[in-house]
Amino acid sequence: MDELQNLMHGFSVALTLPNLGFMAVGIVLGVLIGVLPGLGGANGVAILLPLTFSMNPTSAIIMLSCIYWGALFGGAITSILFNIPGEPWSVATTFDGHPMAQQGKAAQALTAAFTSSFVGALFAVMLITFLAPLLARFALKFGPAEFFAVQLLTFCSFVGMSKEPAAKTIASMMLGFALAAVGMDTVTGQLRMTYGVTELLKGFDFLIAVIGLFGIGEILLTMEEGLAFKGRSARITSRAVWDTWTDIFKYWRTFLRSTAVGCWMGITPGGATPASFMSYGLARRLSKNPQAFGKGEIQGVIAPETAAHAAGTAALLPMLTLGIPGSPTAAVLLGGLLIWGLQPGPMLFIEQKDFVWGLIASMYIGNLVGLIVVLTTVPWWAAILRIPFAVIAPVIIFVCAIGAYTVHSSMFDVVMMLVFGVAGYFFKKLKYPLAPLVLALVLGDMAEASFRQAMLLSQGSLSIFWANPLVGSIAGLALVLLLWPLVGVAQSHYRAREGRA
Amino acid sequence: MNRPEDSRPVGQRGPEIVVAAVLAVLALLVIKDSLRVGTGWGDDGPRSGYFPFYIGSMLLGASAWILLRQVLTWATTKAVFAERSQIASVFSVLWPMVVHVALIAPLGIYLASVLLIAWFMRRHGKYRAAPTAAVALGVPLLFFLIFERWFLVPLPKGPLERLLGF
Repeated sequence: MDELQNLMHGFSVALTLPNLGFMAVGIVLGVLIGVLPGLGGANGVAILLPLTFSMNPTSAIIMLSCIYWGALFGGAITSILFNIPGEPWSVATTFDGHPMAQQGKAAQALTAAFTSSFVGALFAVMLITFLAPLLARFALKFGPAEFFAVQLLTFCSFVGMSKEPAAKTIASMMLGFALAAVGMDTVTGQLRMTYGVTELLKGFDFLIAVIGLFGIGEILLTMEEGLAFKGRSARITSRAVWDTWTDIFKYWRTFLRSTAVGCWMGITPGGATPASFMSYGLARRLSKNPQAFGKGEIQGVIAPETAAHAAGTAALLPMLTLGIPGSPTAAVLLGGLLIWGLQPGPMLFIEQKDFVWGLIASMYIGNLVGLIVVLTTVPWWAAILRIPFAVIAPVIIFVCAIGAYTVHSSMFDVVMMLVFGVAGYFFKKLKYPLAPLVLALVLGDMAEASFRQAMLLSQGSLSIFWANPLVGSIAGLALVLLLWPLVGVAQSHYRAREGRA
Repeated sequence: MNRPEDSRPVGQRGPEIVVAAVLAVLALLVIKDSLRVGTGWGDDGPRSGYFPFYIGSMLLGASAWILLRQVLTWATTKAVFAERSQIASVFSVLWPMVVHVALIAPLGIYLASVLLIAWFMRRHGKYRAAPTAAVALGVPLLFFLIFERWFLVPLPKGPLERLLGF
């Protein structure tokens, strides 16, 4: 078993004292980010990314991915105790988690949530361990046409699977591509879309967009809702943990199903948020007493948390093997790889063994450390949430400004952060999805390069996208996903006609 | 100022149209510049405008579609964008942010942030002077130590820092 040997080597990289330290720092920062409004996995990692430019890439990715795990854990705390989802993927957790807290079962709900997160992540990491090398070996055969087809698949599945109107998904995605195209054309060196503005020569950095869209935009939304934190306090005793653990594993079917949903949604860029809703819905539909859901049913906590964490973890599989992130946070981590001078994609598994396997090993350890940290420190995080918004908000704005400035040491970026913040507010209010914008902004240059290379090979003929069975089936699947919403439209049309007849 | 219609919520239609129109304008800018740099083939393959031209066209198509749908369903759209009071509170956060960013260049990020935190705590939190001063001075000082001392990441500084010899 090559993979096990590699994994053991990974553990020897991850288990060094400095890396364990970075892991602990990452987890604590991540939970903090997950708990605070306005800071989430994606923009939290984006703000901290510049601090890691001088670090060794392996330690840097270990720390940043641990921030991601921490944020995934942290979202559950606010959902259950305060009925405020700290992250979009923990919305479904509030449905049953908060009622449990109101019934005085906060400790059970939190333990169930954290344990489910851990189980979901563990399965997803095992999937990465065994599937990623295979996928990477397979992807080594990919040419530019195949890579573009996979990217097309990614973006088409956004259109097909998102709940938002297709036109808005496409608009948001194309805006991302357009912003990515601004500045120097990497192939010909030609300047484009700068309209004489020197600051635009470098183009738009996705880190700035992420900090603005998710950070500043979120603050504006929170302010509009006029949040008043009224939460339950909780202390988790070891007895409550033990009782919950002996109780919840009888729901192993829910765990398995939710993990499967989560892994699937993470690898295809559905992401953690739809995964959590889908898994909650499935758990309710397949339950013996569905009417208990929404009133404090423990399965209603297990299902979305397992799926969200599995999806969040599985999102790193396509990022590492194909260079295509499955979620906005994975997209920011991908941007980190490029900045540290690593080329994401199948070659990573051959040229950067330490990095890849150190990261994968750190996922096992990081999630275990995370589970222990959150189980023991819940009262502190609950206390942080009691700090009034009037104090937290300006500090978060300050942190966002620092984050935006440090990317290129440029004031123009700070101004752009505000512009993206206002845009993010309007996009969220009008239901334009933000994830496709961020992914398109990150992948724009790569997608353009592979498209142009493919066109060069075929002398401008689109037929290269069905020239062989491999690229043809990927491109075909992409078209099916793109046209999926039309099936729904046709169906409802048909039903309406049936109803009339 | 207190006319009765001021208390009515802001409808979804206006913002919907404005955002779609802005996207359409951006799309036109992309298409125009793509045409300038060339959308066809050069000696060495596709020219710089080749890919962005399609992107711009698709963005234009999508935003035109959103605009058209909104116009067609104009009379039936009753969705509410936000209440007037909600918009007021969004603005009460937005303009201090703008001032904060504008002050970073002349005053440095630390002093600007002292003002931002103090303003927020007094205005939105109704805090007394002592706790306000403690947080407003303490947090930027902590960040100063983290960035300038420990991580050695220089942030924008102003006359105050120069006076103190940084």
